[in-house]
Amino acid sequence: MPDAVFRTEGLTKVYDTGTVKVQALGGVDLALYEGEFAVLLGPSGSGKSTLLNILGGLDTATGGHVWFRDRDLTGLKDRALTAYRRDHVGFVFQFYNLVASLTARENVQLVTDVSRNPMAPSEALDMVGLGARLDHFPAELSGGEQQRVAIARAIAKRPDVLLCDEPTGALDSKTGVQVLQALKRVNDELGTATVVITHNVAIRKMAHRVIRFQDGNILSTEENAARIDPAEIEW
Amino acid sequence: MHALDRKLLRDFVRLWAQALAIALVLGCGVAALITSFGMYQTLGDSRAAYYDRNRLADIWASARRAPRTLLPELAAIPGIRTLEARTEGLVTLDIPGRDQGAAGQVISLPASGAPILNVPLLQSGRLPDPAARDEVAVNAPFARANGFALGDRFSANINGTRRELTITGTVLSPEFVYTIGPGAMMPDNKTFGILFMPDRAAAAAFDMTGAFNSLTAALYPGANKAEVIEAVDRLLAPYGGTGAYGRDRQISDSFVSSEIDQLWSMTIILPPIFFGVAAFLVNMVLGRIVALERPEIGLLKALGYSNRTIAAHYLMLAGLTALVGILLGWGAGAWLASGLAKLYARFYDFPYLIFRGSWTVYAVGGLLGLAAAAFGALRVALAAARLPPALAMQPPAPPRFRRGLTDRLMAWLRLSQPAMMIFRSITRWPFRAATSAFGIAMAVAVLAAASFFNDAMDKMMEVTFALANRQDAMVIFTSTLPERAVDEVARLPGVIAVEGQLVEPVLLRRGQYEKHTSLEARRPDTDLSRIVGGSGRVVSVPPGGLVLSARVAAQIHASAGDPVEVEFLSGRREVLTLPLTGTIEQYIGIAAYIDYDTLNALRRQAPRVSLANVTLDPATRRDFDRAVKDIPAIAGTSMFSDARRAFQETIRQNISVTATVYLVLAVLITVGVTYNGSRIQLSERARELASLRILGFSRGEVSFILVGEAMVLALIAQPFGWLAGLGIAWAFTQGLDSDLYQVPFVIVPATFARASLIVLLTALASALVVRRRIDRLDLVAVMKTRE
Repeated sequence: MPDAVFRTEGLTKVYDTGTVKVQALGGVDLALYEGEFAVLLGPSGSGKSTLLNILGGLDTATGGHVWFRDRDLTGLKDRALTAYRRDHVGFVFQFYNLVASLTARENVQLVTDVSRNPMAPSEALDMVGLGARLDHFPAELSGGEQQRVAIARAIAKRPDVLLCDEPTGALDSKTGVQVLQALKRVNDELGTATVVITHNVAIRKMAHRVIRFQDGNILSTEENAARIDPAEIEW
Repeated sequence: MHALDRKLLRDFVRLWAQALAIALVLGCGVAALITSFGMYQTLGDSRAAYYDRNRLADIWASARRAPRTLLPELAAIPGIRTLEARTEGLVTLDIPGRDQGAAGQVISLPASGAPILNVPLLQSGRLPDPAARDEVAVNAPFARANGFALGDRFSANINGTRRELTITGTVLSPEFVYTIGPGAMMPDNKTFGILFMPDRAAAAAFDMTGAFNSLTAALYPGANKAEVIEAVDRLLAPYGGTGAYGRDRQISDSFVSSEIDQLWSMTIILPPIFFGVAAFLVNMVLGRIVALERPEIGLLKALGYSNRTIAAHYLMLAGLTALVGILLGWGAGAWLASGLAKLYARFYDFPYLIFRGSWTVYAVGGLLGLAAAAFGALRVALAAARLPPALAMQPPAPPRFRRGLTDRLMAWLRLSQPAMMIFRSITRWPFRAATSAFGIAMAVAVLAAASFFNDAMDKMMEVTFALANRQDAMVIFTSTLPERAVDEVARLPGVIAVEGQLVEPVLLRRGQYEKHTSLEARRPDTDLSRIVGGSGRVVSVPPGGLVLSARVAAQIHASAGDPVEVEFLSGRREVLTLPLTGTIEQYIGIAAYIDYDTLNALRRQAPRVSLANVTLDPATRRDFDRAVKDIPAIAGTSMFSDARRAFQETIRQNISVTATVYLVLAVLITVGVTYNGSRIQLSERARELASLRILGFSRGEVSFILVGEAMVLALIAQPFGWLAGLGIAWAFTQGLDSDLYQVPFVIVPATFARASLIVLLTALASALVVRRRIDRLDLVAVMKTRE
């Protein structure tokens, strides 16, 4: 068993809107391992994104603990969380979140400018098959291409973990497959622990492990004995 | 270059129109600061250096004729460092080839050559030979205005003797930075000159051999000026002393000081308005950019960018805008300042202007510009930095609208849905609406305040020229003469009507307060030179009473009914107590007024006059001019008809220049506020507006919502703009208030109407420019974009 990259104990998150209190996480105990490709499945509002945000240091838990390797992330101040994100975490979002005024290369450079041991932006874009579209602005790229730029941006810093929130949510199946292939390649070649949130049940088959969420709690965890290639996924 | 910096530059380029609109407003602030504060510094520094290097006196005094043997006693007065006695006198000049005479003020130069105090600065040629009888140096502007070259000759009627004088040199004197002739409204170098004459010649001409009639003194630092003045007055009183005074009452310096004060009030009134509006605009536009870039902010945070970097990113965007504004402001400021310097050169005779501290003014302007932008940006930039990343990644919650009082009102009014949208948007973001309205109000205020000068000048001209001073000329006698001199004047060619007037220097006293002024006496039926109050009311002084300018009355803390002590500074120097029967608001100068017969009776003299006011037949004006030049008892004539024309022309010119400048400023503010406001509206509402278009609303109906909100805000702003304009105008009148003139606080309704019309039309045009974007709205794309 490889070492755990993330470990949570009784992790809770309550959103207080003033009038209503919403329990997004209800005491999650979970471990995610080095090199693992994990898929988080579950309906909207089941707590997947909240968990991902807390793992990635974008949000803080209301209760419980979360460790990154040996480091307790719970209770870290904003400055420490910023440093943590900068040094260890790569994010990929559903809506790509590219900066419209920067080219593909420059969007990746946003990350390489602030990381300690980054790869060249062109190398990262090569990995996702966009070596030929370095100087295109987001508006000149298709949705799939934009998402791959986002992946290149996430991996360019050689992160320890790659956290993807619905990376194919806004894509059709053909471009979605290209994106998943890029994720798989990163996981295989760089050994980056990858967590993918999705609604898409078909994607579960390419994961090492599938974790199902419901109402802020883990419903089930299953390991795939045989993983399939993204090319074989259909939806 | 870092990717984030590249984003900054590209964002800046993309936002150029909005950034430029802000930069222009900010630039106005910088330019106004450089112009007003720069000139304030320059005039102040130049004056200080000029006075210091050329040793301007601290005290002036005049007497009818005091013996030079009195000088050691005067020099021994504690506090006096240097003392110089001179001969001074007014003469009429006959300029070759010109019918109209000119007046000259003779000032003697000591036998040693140049004086110790009030040292004239030679501009060309040499000072006259101390032994020469007919040589003079003249003030350079007088020589220039009359086309005199060195060696040119003109004749002067000096104390009844006609003398040919040769110009040996031209000079500037710190005593005459602003050179205004007796009875004149403004400087006219053609008809008034300063003649520097060797002491021997001057003393001989004015019968001052072994005596003097003018005294100047420099004091030790820290000397008590008031005590020195009192001591000088005591010693000179037996010799017809008319009261010593300091720089505060020296005519030239009073005008220079008043100008410097005016520049200071401009400095503290104008730039803050522009910096304030610019800060609000930065806040408004940057706030919107941050709202639009929420996901990108979230992303940057997710990528590990620190709060500080993100705050700095948005501050830099404001900083770049400020930089453009500062550069524009520096350019415009330099241009305006040089224009203003040229204008000053027309009225003020400085040998040099010192721009020593000019770079600091530019630096201060730049720093204040940056500070204004930073002030506007800070709250927004900090909010951007504090945005929790997880929250930033999500689309913002739709703004919460609630039904309130205004909604019930709107429902009751049965407003259309688009009209409801306009009013809801205003009540939902009251701070932003107030900000826009504030900007527009400032534009109206700037325009109204600028036009206020026009209204005030009209009022001043009407009262001064149409109601009070209706004479064509004022004939000034060398000393007071029996009243029959008026009949002599009446016999001069071309004279239609003539009225005599007696003017005496006096010291008014009430309790511990005292004030030097002139006491004017005219007959009650006077028609040419009348006493007119601010309301246009013609006042005649009741026999036995005293009427004062309201300003003088306030200065000696006297109100109607109070007894006021009047000390005459001529003749037997009587001290009398008269009741103050009334006060009047006066715009130009200050004075005390008394009934003609009362004055003569009080002084126990047969009626005397010191000047005559005349109306002239224009056809025989040349004969009048020629005749006046040859009469020894006439010290000079002040042509009011000419003065009126020159005054009007100068004021109109200056006002049209300032009005244009202010118009540009107001238009820039309005464009900055409305254009940016509408762009923000459009960006926030693109989805809504596109939805309405899809639902079948016409372009016009959709445009109504966009343009409507801008115009509603502009309309709401108008009354506040009028109020602020009144405030600024009032502040200006306070800044300009001096013994020389008081600017009346009048604004006519048309001024407000004009200001509002200009601002509303500009606002409409700015909103319509943004409205064109509605035509280009890509309905499908807008509906697809996520926000």
